[in-house]
Amino acid sequence: MKMGQLLAAFGAGVLFAAGLVVSQMINPAKVLGFLDIAGARTGRWDPSLIFVMATAIPFAALGQRLAQHVNRPLTAPAFAPPARRDIDLSLIAGAVLFGAGWGLVGYCPGPALAALDNGSYGTAIFVAAMLAGMGLFTVLRR
Amino acid sequence: MNHATPAAAAGGGVLIGVAVTWLWLALGRIAGISGIVGGLSRTDAGWRLAFLAGLLLTPIALAERGVAVAWQPPETSWPVLIIGGLLVGFGTRLGSGCTSGHAVCGIARLSPRSMLATLLFMLTAAAVVFATRHGFGR
Repeated sequence: MKMGQLLAAFGAGVLFAAGLVVSQMINPAKVLGFLDIAGARTGRWDPSLIFVMATAIPFAALGQRLAQHVNRPLTAPAFAPPARRDIDLSLIAGAVLFGAGWGLVGYCPGPALAALDNGSYGTAIFVAAMLAGMGLFTVLRR
Repeated sequence: MNHATPAAAAGGGVLIGVAVTWLWLALGRIAGISGIVGGLSRTDAGWRLAFLAGLLLTPIALAERGVAVAWQPPETSWPVLIIGGLLVGFGTRLGSGCTSGHAVCGIARLSPRSMLATLLFMLTAAAVVFATRHGFGR
């Protein structure tokens, strides 16, 4: 593993976490405030997450566009796009299960991990259960 | 207490989008958090650990420098935290992605798989929030 790859990946993690902090998506109450669409009836709906996506997606698409002009990434031999192209039951069931957990707590994997240093039992319990769920998938798939 | 913060949200979104673009151009990797964590047992764990180190260390580094980090824990009972964590962990691996991998990276790549996954987890999460906040006779 080249040092350049490690530094580049570390930098991406720093930027990603900074984005979660600045956008406040690290706060599960903000995310639940977005998911609570019915809150609009009482003026309590928080559309902030839409604004996160509205800038994150175009800036992410920029990378795809720029990559078309180079043969390979800066520090790796080749680009590694996702292999799967088909829509199957795993995709559908996985998205629904993930959505259920996301709606119960307000954490998806990135914000939960970024908030792990907040010194609370709640975040730590969620992250431990999330890692257990990922491990369970790995075990069952064998 | 929930008021919209569109400027901060858009600014944070730029940082997230730049992080995704940077990881793609520098390493050729998709910045999907569940995929990065799920692949830790593979031989290419080095860059994954480096990314996660940046993700975990940055918020506390910002907080220690006086930045107001709104990282309060969920207001959720611990049995629900465990059920929710298991669902998020298992579901993101089964469905090959989470909010970052499908909603940000996947939609940016115009992937039909990611668009469907995003629609499904958004709708399911909204339905669960409706049921817990407004359903059951509340």
